[in-house]
Amino acid sequence: MSAKEFMEWSSQVFDEVMRASGVKRGVDKITRPIWSWALRNSLFPLHFGIACCALEMAAASAPRWDAERFGFVFRSSPRQCDVLLVNGWITSKLRPDLRRLYEQMPEPKWVVAMGECAISGGPWYDSYNVVQGVDTFIPVDIHIPGCPPRPEAMLDGFLKLQDKIRHSTKGTFLED
Amino acid sequence: MAEMWINMGPQHPMTHGLWNLRVKVDGETIIEAEPVVGYLHRGWEKLTENRTYPQIIPLSDRLCYGASMSWSHLYCLAVEELMGVEVPERAEYIRVIVLELQRIASHLMWIAAYGTDLGLLTGFTYAMRERELFLDLLQSVTGARITYNYPRIGGVRNDLPAEFERDCLRALDFFEKKLDEYELIYDGSKIFLMRTQDVGVLTPSDGMNLGVTGPNLRGSGVKVDLRKTDPYSVYDELEWDMCTHPDCDCYARYRVRMEEMRMSAYIVRQALSKMPPGPFRVKPPRNAPKRTAVARVEDPRGEGLMYVIGDGTDKPYRLKVRSPIFVSVSAVPAILRGYKVADVPAIMGSIDMCLGETDR
Amino acid sequence: MVEESGDSSDRKFSENAIVDLVRGKFPEGVTIGGIGPRRINARADRAALYKLCEFLKGDLGFEHVSSVSGVDRVDLFQVVYHISSYSNRCLLEITVDIPTDDPEIDSIAPLWGGADWHERETYDMFGIKFRNHPRMERIFLPEDTHYFPFRKDFKLWRR
Repeated sequence: MSAKEFMEWSSQVFDEVMRASGVKRGVDKITRPIWSWALRNSLFPLHFGIACCALEMAAASAPRWDAERFGFVFRSSPRQCDVLLVNGWITSKLRPDLRRLYEQMPEPKWVVAMGECAISGGPWYDSYNVVQGVDTFIPVDIHIPGCPPRPEAMLDGFLKLQDKIRHSTKGTFLED
Repeated sequence: MAEMWINMGPQHPMTHGLWNLRVKVDGETIIEAEPVVGYLHRGWEKLTENRTYPQIIPLSDRLCYGASMSWSHLYCLAVEELMGVEVPERAEYIRVIVLELQRIASHLMWIAAYGTDLGLLTGFTYAMRERELFLDLLQSVTGARITYNYPRIGGVRNDLPAEFERDCLRALDFFEKKLDEYELIYDGSKIFLMRTQDVGVLTPSDGMNLGVTGPNLRGSGVKVDLRKTDPYSVYDELEWDMCTHPDCDCYARYRVRMEEMRMSAYIVRQALSKMPPGPFRVKPPRNAPKRTAVARVEDPRGEGLMYVIGDGTDKPYRLKVRSPIFVSVSAVPAILRGYKVADVPAIMGSIDMCLGETDR
Repeated sequence: MVEESGDSSDRKFSENAIVDLVRGKFPEGVTIGGIGPRRINARADRAALYKLCEFLKGDLGFEHVSSVSGVDRVDLFQVVYHISSYSNRCLLEITVDIPTDDPEIDSIAPLWGGADWHERETYDMFGIKFRNHPRMERIFLPEDTHYFPFRKDFKLWRR
């Protein structure tokens, strides 16, 4: 038996013992609220302005609305982010870059489509160069309607995302 | 040292929009730059050929979201010229008021973004706070925060609300005091001065040849402002001055915008006191005649021009938009050459990018 | 447009003086369509355009290209130049007709750097080629696009 085979065998046995004895489910149940609390209160969206809604995104982090009180801190690198906030129309030139940004973000990650353009193409529904909605190539968790949505609407969408995380987070072993 | 290309964008905190700046560097020095645009191109001019004249007004709001009012105004101006519609005088005054409020809001957005570029986060929070003041004023007139859909072919959609004059004057009084505070923050910051003075020099002859317009050109000391040199609306009935600065660098562009905000507040006060009573809208014809028309205005970012061709139907045959930032971006390689990579945010920030109108 | 009377003193040439000078220099190839306050409309032949622009820039003080736009008139293409002058305070519109089977015209980017990207955009959208342009490539659409979207025979897919 080689070292690699031994590792596989031992982890399999360990896994089965944990599952059969119910320890795994117990640990998951205990750690789930902790994980969920940590995840939902430090949602870091990507600092990525595309179009009109980017101004409302900036306004939401400005003094009157102050998104940071809910833990939304905009980060400039996709490798430090949990949320991809798509705030504008997606053209055929941008589409591969957006997909790559999404792939670069570490798990767990969520996508918020903000504004009509990101949801369905919006006023450019018959354009030859605009993708008809971001959910055609990236899974979207929250849609925020509006053209552009007000900053309150954007914050509300993020609070809904927190709600979603509260109800769906997995425990330490990432199993249900 | 080996030369190499660096991509700054499309996702980069410097870009303020969606574009890509490729710079070729030798060590730290930029020897060549190449802007790549088109990430927001949605075929605006083609889409307008399939929509009726009034349907295009909300679309033209979304050309430049930083200054949507001036774009829908420009569109209405071009179509009025095409159809031969006379706008009532009260509507012209209302337009001047909302345009200047929009100019202040746009410049405040620029100052806020420029602050974050150069590490002045205090400037961001202060300028965004006062911007809300003007967005509230515009919201009380139009009902929306950013995309207003307010000018109409032959006037404006609705009259100013009751007590608007009082609210507006109070906001301007408050704002002018705050403007002095910004000068304390920005001009008093040694880092801001070091990063902007003698950086990004654009000589007047280069600026004119490369087609740069607006505050960027006035920052090079050229006295050009279409509100004066090709007056539209009622700008020639109001007393005001052009703001220029002779230094040609990023700091000069910043100074021009600060002075323009003061001047806009002055224009709004005058227009409020001179505004005549009367109708604010006339009914335009449905179809445009078979001819062409051109209109140009001084956008907060430079010269905006629209060229419309009517063909006798209710849809334009062709509508061409000249965007000021589209041309200013093409001048970027000439401005950047010879500076360091660390100067790129300072120089690109001082141009006041808006990619929605660039890519159209 | 409001006619302003006070600004004529600091202008180098009035609209009529510009029209007379252009007519004297180009007796054929350029026709003047109409003159309005601070506006001149003209039509030019494809061959005369570059010479006309050289004359405008060198002798008449037209420093600034406002826009270069293409128009598809189905049986022919048009390129419309809006050239403005800061010292004369006037906007000159030049329309040039181009046959559809040979869409080529001289570039004015060597004269005014501001025309560079406008011409690239016109090529991108209409397929009109500009001779002697420093870089005749697509600007908005991806490089591998095989259509010219602003031509009238290109229909939007949801229409």
